[in-house]
Amino acid sequence: MLDLLKEPVLAVQEFVVLAGRAFRNIFRKPHYLDDVILQMDTIGVGSLVVVVLVGLFSGIVMALQMARALAQYGEVEKTGTLVAITLARELGPVLTAIMMAGRNSSGIASELGSMKVTEQIDAMRALGTDPIQKLVTPRLEATCFMLPLLTVIADFVGLFGGWVISVVKLHLTSRLYWNSAWQALEWNDVAQGLIKPLVFAVVVSLIGCFYGLRTTGGTQGVGRSTTQAMVAATIMIFITDVMITEFFVSQGVS
Amino acid sequence: MAESGAHSVLRFENVTVSFDGEEVLRSVSFEAFEGESRVILGAAGSGKTVLLKTALGLIRPDSGRVLVFGQDLSKMREAQLFDIRSRIGMLFQESALFDSLNIAENVAYPLLNQKAIRCPKSEVRGRVEQALDFVELGGTLEKFPAELSGGMRRRAAIARAVVTGPPLVLYDSPSAGLDPITAHTIMALLIKERDMAKTTTILVTYRYQDGNLMANFRYNSKQGRLEPARHWDGPLPRTTFMVLREGRLVFEGDQDRMESTADDYISRFCKRRE
Repeated sequence: MLDLLKEPVLAVQEFVVLAGRAFRNIFRKPHYLDDVILQMDTIGVGSLVVVVLVGLFSGIVMALQMARALAQYGEVEKTGTLVAITLARELGPVLTAIMMAGRNSSGIASELGSMKVTEQIDAMRALGTDPIQKLVTPRLEATCFMLPLLTVIADFVGLFGGWVISVVKLHLTSRLYWNSAWQALEWNDVAQGLIKPLVFAVVVSLIGCFYGLRTTGGTQGVGRSTTQAMVAATIMIFITDVMITEFFVSQGVS
Repeated sequence: MAESGAHSVLRFENVTVSFDGEEVLRSVSFEAFEGESRVILGAAGSGKTVLLKTALGLIRPDSGRVLVFGQDLSKMREAQLFDIRSRIGMLFQESALFDSLNIAENVAYPLLNQKAIRCPKSEVRGRVEQALDFVELGGTLEKFPAELSGGMRRRAAIARAVVTGPPLVLYDSPSAGLDPITAHTIMALLIKERDMAKTTTILVTYRYQDGNLMANFRYNSKQGRLEPARHWDGPLPRTTFMVLREGRLVFEGDQDRMESTADDYISRFCKRRE
């Protein structure tokens, strides 16, 4: 029984150590700005299309579903409110982060995993660079910067999708839709909508790096790490989402 | 068996390394001196690569001490190890060139990233070109590792290992997976580096003929090729052979002793002498 527990406990310990070193390196020299910008491009700009699509369709679906539910109470004009709140609080951050986990946690894990099995990580250490400083910290910084931005984009595109449905299918006026959406949002929603992606960014990038750097067993191992990273990141996104939501709800201001 | 006046470059004292409870190196002790060549033979899985990585401080021993240039690695933090590593060149088994960088950037990497080297930026290009010319890869500066053949990648990796002019160079199976002609070219480069830069060389290999070349040939800089060392009347670097078996050091001595050994495992390596 103890043996069964040993491995996960050790893995958590390793992860915490990695996370600690990655964060500490943010404030330490040398800073690899080139790598940060490169990662912002790959992680952020590269994910733009998929994030826009996910945002758009979730907005559309929310409008369609909510309009039906609201119609029972004769409150169809509140569609904007519901779309805005669900997107800003939950769907925007969570769906964007899940897309990032699928695209970037796995991407990071496979890239670092290939480097690990071809001894490039060892070579990096042999040639005077700390792999955490050179590989992990730039990915952490880039994701923490890009994921909140992408989430905001997804939120707006989602609101736009909801607007299209409201006007075309539900025959609401644009003014009504945008007014109800705008008024629904409080500071608390905005805070929640921005803190979540920041935490998810840490999850997405560090889990990807963690599984990548502990890859063993050749190309097969790289495949395994890639899958594990994606699954673990997705699960952790949901767990941290529950925790943050519970925090905001228990504050009584949600 | 300390030589008079020669400094100890690499010293293992009862070094044991284990992974997941399995011992990969078992109480290995040896000492290599300045200017010496060491050929470490062993079958796959005998701990050869682990030995080199331990010497670089990439792997920490469970017990025992590793001293490089007289400094004990086991007490050092990673940041201090970078200083020591800047004086060691390492050729990794599969070259380990960075895929995302081109050949010139790969070779420039240690010059730009080793803090102890402090190479001015204006000199980097010249030194990179010089190192690539040394390995006869002058025209490939802008190419990426994936565009090169296995032998060329190995040569680029040698250039990266020696570009900083390290006094100690470690080679992990430099001829593995190459055809005999390319393997010979690579070995010739190793001997050229040893004889021209007067480096201490640790060569890990499973091919006895690599060791044989190391021990009996020298680089003739005038003719630009290898020649049998017996034609040379100058001082020759001493070559010591070591054999690893399942993590244990089972033999240490010169080539004559190795070839006259009665041990079955050891003699299996030297039967292939050319």
